[in-house]
Amino acid sequence: MQRRRVLQGLAWSGAVASLGGCAATSGAPSSAKVVVVGGGYGGATAAKYIRMWSAQAIDVVLVEPQPEFVSCPVSNLVVGGMRRLADVTTPYDGLRNRHGVTIVRDSVSAIDSRARTVTLAGGGTIRYDKLVLSPGVELMFDGIEGLRAANAEGRIVQAWRAGAETLALRRQLEAMGDGGTYAITIPEQPYRCPPGPYERASVVAAYFKAAKPRSKVLILDANADVTSKAGLFKRAWSELYPGMVEYRSQHRATAVDARTLTVKFEVHEDVKADVLNVLPPMRAGEIAVKTGLANANTRWCMVDYQTFESTAAKDIHVVGDSIQVAPLMPKSGHMANSHAKVAAAAIVAQLSGDQPIARPLLTNTCYSFVSAEEVIHVASVHEYVAAEKTFKTVAGSGGVSAARSQLEASYAMAWARNIWADCLA
Amino acid sequence: MPSLSAAPFRSASLVGAVLLCATAASAQTAPAPLATRALAATCANCHGTEGRPVEGEAMPRLAGQPREALSASLRAFRDGSRPATVMHQLAKGYSNEEIDALAAYFAALR
Repeated sequence: MQRRRVLQGLAWSGAVASLGGCAATSGAPSSAKVVVVGGGYGGATAAKYIRMWSAQAIDVVLVEPQPEFVSCPVSNLVVGGMRRLADVTTPYDGLRNRHGVTIVRDSVSAIDSRARTVTLAGGGTIRYDKLVLSPGVELMFDGIEGLRAANAEGRIVQAWRAGAETLALRRQLEAMGDGGTYAITIPEQPYRCPPGPYERASVVAAYFKAAKPRSKVLILDANADVTSKAGLFKRAWSELYPGMVEYRSQHRATAVDARTLTVKFEVHEDVKADVLNVLPPMRAGEIAVKTGLANANTRWCMVDYQTFESTAAKDIHVVGDSIQVAPLMPKSGHMANSHAKVAAAAIVAQLSGDQPIARPLLTNTCYSFVSAEEVIHVASVHEYVAAEKTFKTVAGSGGVSAARSQLEASYAMAWARNIWADCLA
Repeated sequence: MPSLSAAPFRSASLVGAVLLCATAASAQTAPAPLATRALAATCANCHGTEGRPVEGEAMPRLAGQPREALSASLRAFRDGSRPATVMHQLAKGYSNEEIDALAAYFAALR
């Protein structure tokens, strides 16, 4: 009961802290009950729901370097030329104005889990009671020889974080002549957005079919087979783009030559392309690795799945693509939004002196465009199983589309606009 | 029915949640308990925060729907009698108690 009373006083202390912070050079408050690092699907959702579920009693600071939220889901349509980057961009105004989240445009360079402070790259520290870390993924450029330099030169881009590279890849495709080859390489699982590379190959094929019909799409996959919606993707490729899309499994990229746009593989022969889109292996966002929170093989962050609290540090909750996933849990924006709600509920409960929810539930729905008009999905429901301390898919739930359809294309765009609002508005 | 096997594991906290939610709905005062709001938030990714989708979008609004209709729809999706693209797959993830809690929660919203 005493802690509940303390919680009610938080709105005031937050306001005072914010005022105090105005005097500091960085403009950031010096403390907050909750600090959220990263304003993607996971972090933005956590910030909003902690405010909402505490009736604005818990002050929340969100640290994010980007001025706007640019969605990875649907950004493949920008690569394919069917949408503009503005169509997948949402401002952070809703979090600030409707939910009272303090947004600090900066990134975090260090975390002290004992002192419970984060250090901002731009200077200054913020003290927290609870930290939500949603740093997304870091691309492991050094896993593929020559790739870091090729990326720096802009010769080989990834566009696996939506934004400038999405536009750069689009420009490369537009500049390519008819009869050219677009090649995408896919790392071994787990990586961000399992169906994403196959969706990208599909919408690039749709663009070629309309604008450059003699061109080819080559999918070079380190995995043994298409990792998501395999039957639906393969059927779309053979029926919509016969002779244009070629899929090759077990192709693990080891090196690139930026000058000749050639990619080398562990076993198979080199492949030369006109537009080369090499996706390296991925791991938890840099801050998580640097701080030792990525304690699963120094790659992903292990969490207590009931609360998403790190197993490496108390009062730090990690959500989104950077966690070590439970079985059959994809690294997706929808899943990050789901993680964030479980973490938000746990944080609101714990700061009120209550127990976290005993059996949290997660959903996931991933829509993929196979052309400008038609879409397929995969869906699942995951329940926390206390006896095994993990999430498992609920028996009998989930599945994929019966067939690709235009109806699901309308649902895909509705999903996007609703989840963007659920994260940010 | 596969989802029923999950029911005993998740029902304990929710029975309380359903009762509290019903009380809150009739009294129109305190918000629903956190467990119920968190359960309902699993619908929000597609149907909008608190069941209020972005205006003009294809997904139906859940806030303010009659309780019986929501409960019947979810059960019909779950047993396959109501055709769907995705809801028949998602509804199978929810127990009877959870469906009743969701129906009561969304019916009480406007």
